[in-house]
Amino acid sequence: MIRTLPNSKAYTTGFKVFIVLYFVFLFAPLVVTMVLAFNNSMFPALPWQGFTWDWFFGKGPDKIGIFHDAINLRSIYTSFRVAAGVTILSTVVGTMAAFLFEQEEFRFKKLLYFLMLAPMVIPGVILGISILMFSTAVGLFFENTFGWNMDMFSPGIGLVIFGQFSFITTIVTLLISARLKKFDRTLEEAAYNLGANRLEVIWFITLNYLRPAIIGAAIVAFLMSFENFNTTLFLVGSNATLPINLYLQVRDGSTPVINAIAFLLIVTTSCIAVVNLYSGSRNKT
Amino acid sequence: MEIALSIKNVSKNFGNFTAVSNVTFDVEDGKFFSILGPSGSGKTTLLRMIAGFYKPSNGVIEIRGMDMAGVEPNKRPVNLVFQNLALFPMMNVYENIAFGLKRRGERGKEVKKKVESMLERVGLPGFGNRKVNQLSGGQKQRVAIARCLVLEPTALLLDEPLGSLDFKLREHMKVELKKLQAKVGTTFVYITHDQSEAMVMSDHVAVMHSGYFEQLDTPQNLYNKPVSAFVAQFVGDNNKFIVRLRKDEHGRFFAVTDEGHEFKLDRPYDLESSNLFEMYVRPEAIIINPKESTGGINLLDVEVKSILFDGGNSRILVIPSGSGREIIVSLPQNRKYDNLQEKDKLKIGWYPSAAVCFKGAGGKVYDEI
Amino acid sequence: MTKSEKIKVRWGFIIFFTPVFLWLFLLIVLPQIELLRMSFLGTDFHGKSGFTLENYGSFFTEPIYWLTFARTALYSILVTFIVLIIALPVAFYITKLAKIKYQGFLMVLILIPFWVNELIRIYGWIILLRESGVINYFLLKLHILKHPLEMMYHDATMILGLVYTSMLFMIVPIIGVMESLDDALIEAANDLGAGKVAVWRKIIIPYCMPGIMSGSIIVFMLVLGSFLTPKLLGGKNAMWFTEQIYNSIIIYFNWNQGAAFGFLLLFLSSLIIFIVLKLTKQELSKVIK
Repeated sequence: MIRTLPNSKAYTTGFKVFIVLYFVFLFAPLVVTMVLAFNNSMFPALPWQGFTWDWFFGKGPDKIGIFHDAINLRSIYTSFRVAAGVTILSTVVGTMAAFLFEQEEFRFKKLLYFLMLAPMVIPGVILGISILMFSTAVGLFFENTFGWNMDMFSPGIGLVIFGQFSFITTIVTLLISARLKKFDRTLEEAAYNLGANRLEVIWFITLNYLRPAIIGAAIVAFLMSFENFNTTLFLVGSNATLPINLYLQVRDGSTPVINAIAFLLIVTTSCIAVVNLYSGSRNKT
Repeated sequence: MEIALSIKNVSKNFGNFTAVSNVTFDVEDGKFFSILGPSGSGKTTLLRMIAGFYKPSNGVIEIRGMDMAGVEPNKRPVNLVFQNLALFPMMNVYENIAFGLKRRGERGKEVKKKVESMLERVGLPGFGNRKVNQLSGGQKQRVAIARCLVLEPTALLLDEPLGSLDFKLREHMKVELKKLQAKVGTTFVYITHDQSEAMVMSDHVAVMHSGYFEQLDTPQNLYNKPVSAFVAQFVGDNNKFIVRLRKDEHGRFFAVTDEGHEFKLDRPYDLESSNLFEMYVRPEAIIINPKESTGGINLLDVEVKSILFDGGNSRILVIPSGSGREIIVSLPQNRKYDNLQEKDKLKIGWYPSAAVCFKGAGGKVYDEI
Repeated sequence: MTKSEKIKVRWGFIIFFTPVFLWLFLLIVLPQIELLRMSFLGTDFHGKSGFTLENYGSFFTEPIYWLTFARTALYSILVTFIVLIIALPVAFYITKLAKIKYQGFLMVLILIPFWVNELIRIYGWIILLRESGVINYFLLKLHILKHPLEMMYHDATMILGLVYTSMLFMIVPIIGVMESLDDALIEAANDLGAGKVAVWRKIIIPYCMPGIMSGSIIVFMLVLGSFLTPKLLGGKNAMWFTEQIYNSIIIYFNWNQGAAFGFLLLFLSSLIIFIVLKLTKQELSKVIK
């Protein structure tokens, strides 16, 4: 049954086979995608035509590698800008929200907390369209009343940042709150007792303690923003983010340059994930 | 002697609950003052009011003659050693001790000098770079105290700092703490539920119970002259007898148990409202097989029920003939009774001066202590 | 409390409260109200816009709309169930059977694929499954098949994709509670004569119920609101409800209709979560953690 109980051979082998199959299921699409990035073919498919770096460094004319593919590079750059904006905004506001819900007492706290959780329950598509409609309405209002034509209310990078921020901040808040909950508040009292004021207490003691959680939450925010599709879809303007751009290429069929992008994404995110997981588990003590 | 800390008629209510009720006391400079009480007696509340974390509902707290009303905890000249020590885990020992100094705006060499001399004084020279979680329980204790003492507070408040240590270390730290206090000369206000900690270390002990001070005295007097049934039970071990007092025609007082045993008493009691009393006799005041000739001693025939061997602390449990109640008797350390067996018949006795009676609280027992 | 103190305390509160309130009010509350408002607006024959129930009405009168809606809901429940059936033994193996030294490694291995862009993961499945895909290539090479098999654009493929993309959100919460399940409980049950099935039914599943519930709710939510997987893997003429919304807004530019659909989807998901929470007597705030 479990480690400490005697188990029949069939039971353990059966379980092992199941787990191996599960991991095959988990990794097959990723491995195949990565391998085909190096196939010297015009299509992301077998048969294997030999090894090539062309889908990374090819200059054309028929094989344009990712490092010379202007449209894809541009979308990556856009995604970086969006993710950077979302990360900064959501980490700052999420930290404040964690303090607000863990350390402050006020009327309607429960209601506000419930609202804070709402983005977890609202499908991303609906967040996207509701923000699109609201910002359009606000834009129209400004145009009709003051005659201002404000770009920030029409689809574009700004709106994408706010759309992603609206639900990623909830996740950041939950991650930071989880650590803040374990915080021993006598440490704050001790610092207070030793002569620190409220600001110094937060800066030297609480934020210091929260640092691993804040860094971890920032990484999660960055990755979530980088891969968001559903909310972004409705808010994106002429500057497509990487997932939107990839979606169009996947839908319409493309060269293995997508595999090259996938290879880079998988390797980078895996590295970040591993580092984050290991540093996270080390900091738990 | 200057008064370091003066508490005048201080009370604290939480809603309808009164945690501290009209407490008054002074602590002289350089003294080791303990507040002893069971959990829930209000001693932590009292300490937190002195530190400034709670505001008293009534009364005045003065430190060196200055009224502390409205003074924030970070501005008070007292420091608190927390029950769980509350050392900052993200800082090393040096940074922990320097924290308060830096908050005062002290910088540079002066801080370093102070921290290092403080580490020396608490017996941890060269420990500055250690992480907090690399320290043993006793070392953490000393860092927590050093962190406060380096600020040269008027009084150091300690909230059961030995509670989390194991028995041996606690015994050791008791002595250490007493020595440290004597060396630095700072006023210590120490709260604990452990009577032995309070007795060993303190110049004065206040026994606290449900928000009140039952008795404030030297450890010797608390032990030998308790003023209430609670103190008699809480401080040290005691045998309790429910008795009725009787005064004979010569004005002598006697205590009579339900079983009809009669014991002489050496002082007068007020029998007007009721004659139902509790009589207390310490285990070590009871003599085994006293010489019959000794005049005035109270005698009782008993049977040994069990022997509680505990080295130098060994005791026996005895039952008076024809009764179910147990009496604890300390064994003398001369090994005279090494051969004692269960069911042995003995005679025990005590001098009238060893017994003290209090008006019965309706047989109320403080067993939960 | 003195007066100056009260003001100090309020300042700290205001600094924390203001950005949080702005976030929730401007980006959550007002847009949802606007969505609701839009869903009740329509244009009449004269081009004047006004209040109407038309947008909701067409949902019930046009079978394609409510059929899509029902299909989406039923498939979401099915996917949630499949994910649960796979996640339980995987979580059990990692927490209770795998050698302790491999445990951390297996956890990382399970997490990694889910940090990768959803689109890339779907793309991987497309490369594997399509007519010219890797699986067909090998099946032909091995002479198992004579002609390539189109494995894409079936409901089964879509379900496979949805299971794959939402797996993690079931496994992680279940591992969370299973880790805290004391081995001694299983040993005790075993010692008292319980077989494997009884141990699962009486010990493991009841104990893991909080994790199962939160995992199920999150998976259900994600599947219900997913867009990419049904769009790219699913059949061309059987739509997911999110696609319906997308089409109304982006293709037909009928925002009022789209708003009504959006609101219906929100209503459906809230309703199902509410029912599940009530049935299992759990609280949303606890489940989300």
